[in-house]
Amino acid sequence: MTTLLTALIIIGALILIIVSIYVVSHKDLLVATIASSIISLILSAFYFVLQAPDVALTEAAIGVALTTIIFVVTIKNTKREEE
Amino acid sequence: MSELTINQILTYTFYGTSLLLIMIGFYGVLTKKNLIKIMLSFSIVDSGVNLLLISIGYINNGTAPIFSPSIMEKIHKGISVQMVDPVPQALVLTAIVIGFGVTAVGLALIVRLYRHHNTTNIDEIKNLKW
Amino acid sequence: MKLKGVIIFILLAYIFFILIGGFLSVQFGKNRMNVAKAYIEKTPKDLQVANVVTAVVVNYRGFDTLGEVTVLFLASTGLASILFRRREIHTELNPRRRSVQASRIVQVAGKALFPLMILLGGYVFIHGHLTPGGGFQGGVIIATGYLFLLIAYRKFAVKHNTITWIESLAGATFAGLGIMGLILGKDFLENFMLTGKLNDLLSGGIIPLIYIAVGFKVAAELTGILDTLLSISVDVNTNSKNNNNE
Repeated sequence: MTTLLTALIIIGALILIIVSIYVVSHKDLLVATIASSIISLILSAFYFVLQAPDVALTEAAIGVALTTIIFVVTIKNTKREEE
Repeated sequence: MSELTINQILTYTFYGTSLLLIMIGFYGVLTKKNLIKIMLSFSIVDSGVNLLLISIGYINNGTAPIFSPSIMEKIHKGISVQMVDPVPQALVLTAIVIGFGVTAVGLALIVRLYRHHNTTNIDEIKNLKW
Repeated sequence: MKLKGVIIFILLAYIFFILIGGFLSVQFGKNRMNVAKAYIEKTPKDLQVANVVTAVVVNYRGFDTLGEVTVLFLASTGLASILFRRREIHTELNPRRRSVQASRIVQVAGKALFPLMILLGGYVFIHGHLTPGGGFQGGVIIATGYLFLLIAYRKFAVKHNTITWIESLAGATFAGLGIMGLILGKDFLENFMLTGKLNDLLSGGIIPLIYIAVGFKVAAELTGILDTLLSISVDVNTNSKNNNNE
């Protein structure tokens, strides 16, 4: 791995940790759901760098699209937006 | 020399990130009181475990495990091609889909609980048993 | 209680430091392939399949894929039975849908993008043995295409009868191809058809057939899950209106 790729990986890992702390600690549930889709997006990029294209496709399709939509539908049906 | 240091940095980065994701997710499951926040934290634990499995199966200077025409040309010329371990990728493929299935059933149970008790706080649901 | 939070934090930090101390002895990037070396060497010779991950998922570990398809089926059925409501009479506007109409941009884009997404999903699961992709990825892409239409139009509903038939037939095809291996005197899920050349569309024996069946099944199940979730509503007005209709 070249130096530029290593620097990008470290930046991505830092963003991942900060966003996951944001998901666990924020009070507004809708914002936390959108932030969890950012986690899936960065993880999909990590899987591509680790030379695993099948897993990157699966994580991008399931983690970004489907998990977010079922969380949003549940939040709408329980009539709650805050903790 | 610099290659050894880059390898150590990458070791710390991938293993440390995935273990931190698992620990942050567990903290959310054990401490929070809202049911939907607990399900979000479970989903974070799933993502961390999958990243750990795939980062164990990586080999230095390896390529994706697909015999595309360009790799077949290289093999015919006699250059040896190093491929990444394909077994953890097959296992993680199953794990991602099953994690989604578990999340979906969990959220259906939350909707049903909300219809019955009219709250999503686990403290109040425990109190209503009396 | 703040004390409980602090104790849990200290405990998790302690476990994290122990685990990362243990994981540092697993060196990143070392060549440790034992079983996988045999898989990689056997796949282009015996099976003539280009994607090694597909060969491992469908052929060498095919029983686990059968188990995963069963788990998805159980999740879809369980979700539909937990959120069960008595079927109401349909008026001209489906009374269980959301009450705000989607904007014009979403409607036009949904109509234009839906056939492209079905085409992309079909391409991904038919070429699962040549390029990265396969049954699960293609099925999820097709379900996302249906999700676009479900969000855009209020009167759009997927017939549950069709979904049930497609899912059952695809699952029976998967199990039937496995039992055909038993009938012909070999093992369960053994590759009994002729294999063609490498990087051809008709290569790999029964592997493309199994992945096509899995693609249809996953697409039907996920569309059923999304349709069930988007059709429930706990609004007080809709509840009283539905009770008055019965």
